[in-house]
Amino acid sequence: MATYVAKPAVPNQDKRWKLVDAAMRRMGQQSRGLIETLHTVQEAFGYLDEQALRYVAGSLRVPLSRAYGVASFYHYFTLKPTGKHSCAVCTGTSCHIKGSGELLATAKRELGIEPGNTTARGEVSLVSERCIGPCGLGPVVVYDEEFAAEETVEALTTRLKGWKTP
Amino acid sequence: MTPERLEQIAQSEREAQARFTDTVNVCTATGCLASRSQSVKDALDKEIAGRGWGNRWQVKGVGCLGLCSEGPLVSTRSGTLYKRVTAADAGEILDHVGREPAKRLLCPTNVPFFQRQLKIATENSGIVDPERVEDYIASRGYSALIHALREMSQAQVIQEVTKSGLRGRGGAGYPTGLKWSTVAKAVGTQKYVICNADEGDPGAFMDRSVLESDPHRVIEGMLIAAYAVGASQGYIYVRAEYPLAIQRLRAALPQAEQLGLLGTDICGTRFNFRIELRVGAGAYVCGEETALIASVEGKRGTPRPRPPYPAQAGLLGQPTLINNVETFANIPPIIRKGGDWYAGIGTEKSKGTKVFSLTGQIRHTGVVEVPMGINLRDMVFEVGGGIPEGRSFKAVQTGGPSGGCIPSESLDTPVDYESLAHLGSIMGSGGMVVMDESTCMVDVAKYFMDFCMTESCGKCIPCRVGTYQMRRILSAITNMAATQKDLAMLEELCDLLKNTSLCGLGQSAPNPVVSTLKCFAMEYKAHIENHNCPAGVCGKRAERVSA
Repeated sequence: MATYVAKPAVPNQDKRWKLVDAAMRRMGQQSRGLIETLHTVQEAFGYLDEQALRYVAGSLRVPLSRAYGVASFYHYFTLKPTGKHSCAVCTGTSCHIKGSGELLATAKRELGIEPGNTTARGEVSLVSERCIGPCGLGPVVVYDEEFAAEETVEALTTRLKGWKTP
Repeated sequence: MTPERLEQIAQSEREAQARFTDTVNVCTATGCLASRSQSVKDALDKEIAGRGWGNRWQVKGVGCLGLCSEGPLVSTRSGTLYKRVTAADAGEILDHVGREPAKRLLCPTNVPFFQRQLKIATENSGIVDPERVEDYIASRGYSALIHALREMSQAQVIQEVTKSGLRGRGGAGYPTGLKWSTVAKAVGTQKYVICNADEGDPGAFMDRSVLESDPHRVIEGMLIAAYAVGASQGYIYVRAEYPLAIQRLRAALPQAEQLGLLGTDICGTRFNFRIELRVGAGAYVCGEETALIASVEGKRGTPRPRPPYPAQAGLLGQPTLINNVETFANIPPIIRKGGDWYAGIGTEKSKGTKVFSLTGQIRHTGVVEVPMGINLRDMVFEVGGGIPEGRSFKAVQTGGPSGGCIPSESLDTPVDYESLAHLGSIMGSGGMVVMDESTCMVDVAKYFMDFCMTESCGKCIPCRVGTYQMRRILSAITNMAATQKDLAMLEELCDLLKNTSLCGLGQSAPNPVVSTLKCFAMEYKAHIENHNCPAGVCGKRAERVSA
């Protein structure tokens, strides 16, 4: 016999939950809308926290373990807040043979963090992208939304230094 | 939508375009946008408005013009191509429209990069505005769909596709007609058509280019497939790393719905079909069809054993047709011109054309569509223009992390499914990365193993643990700390992963290692016995670590 599970209450008064609810409605409140819903949460809030995962899992009636499983399986989802700026180094094949390894190493050293993390003061998030597609222009680094083609170690260092609060 | 109505839309669009004396096309695909083509388009628009030429000249944002390394690219209707255009060049370009082209910016089009191409799947790239369905219709878009729906039975459509000899462009090369007829024959209450746009191979961007340049072409291909197999629901699974492709598909789907090309009773027949977009979330393994289905169902993208194949039991247990972007893009011309026409192009077993993304240490990088059977040497030295800065060619990598490296001795091989497989590589989805003498092949093998290790979903042990162990040994080799025993172990692991992994990712993960071991054994030997990296890549890195 199926047990009726009440839809959990909205975590707080934040208006962004309306977007999340709308996304779940669009997917017919079905569990197969989990990934789409998590995309919406991440777009609205920047990352997926425990509260959001509990709310989405409860609303779509999937075990919390499955929601967490999906959120942690896919690289695109992040469970931690991201920094004010983002520095994404493409590590696709074409960028790799043109020296993206050196760029990533420099960024790691400059920021003192591993890819997938944010500096302690929340200035910069470092991302290692698998391949973003403009391979003819490699090595490519994306600063926030801006593409830098044929990026050099010097330009990268200057940019990152400028982002860090003294 | 009737054929008459479609013709009417095409006619009025063609007339509207003919009113302009000339059209300036600006590439607005990711490659050129990354080198700021949007500012070039804005500057051209402003310049035209400033000169009061608004009703004589038209500026059009178009899809990929191909030669990404020379972007931003601008072309004119009369056939002139300009390269590396900046916003400041807008006036100069307009001064020369209809006259002698501006020499300073001219990009020659009589070179093999353009001359050797035969565009079928990408025939509209760089010509139509991907954001306007009318422009697609003016280039005979959706006429194949209407022809199929009105004049052909479902069996006839499948027969035409079978006759064309088209094989899956995602990499495996399974005959498309055969796949379609299996789904058509399968019994199910609901059938699905899925477009695999999860182009994960690093260094491959053909599907991105097709989606960004001509989204309606893929939709039309899916519609024809859905009609042929009897499906009423479709999904396009596109990777999150391609925001522009997602944006263009999101714009294209409602346009098609509005014209009654998607939805219920399409073109006055009883055929219903809807398409939903599913955005991936960054998992390479989701390019594998059973993993992709799991992801569309909102689950972790882990593969499952086949059979049953998705054609029998796919999405939600129902018969499901999964084809790649490029496969669907080839369908409308096959229906329009006939299977025999398509089968007349290419080689005996690999028909038609293939879109490749040519990158790496090569002069001309970009997206090219060439007939199957073209020589690898011609691909690298003619189409690609050879290696820049006087360095020498070392290898060409095809098929991404599942493929292999092909050395210069084997360059006289024709590009087709069988020949590449014979060389220990694969056709793959079409990524071609050229490497010169400054690349260390052991480092490349390590790079791909690193990729497979990170992307292994963890479900089966040979892949999960095997990729880790292989990566560890390759790391030791590049750090000059490996022994002959390690090498023997590496070879053993290649065999193990190939034969015991659950899905294609694990089974093909050793390919880059196997192919480099076979063709570049000397480099492995140099690292292990002489503690020396012939290309100078690994040594440099060791110094840096110690410094």
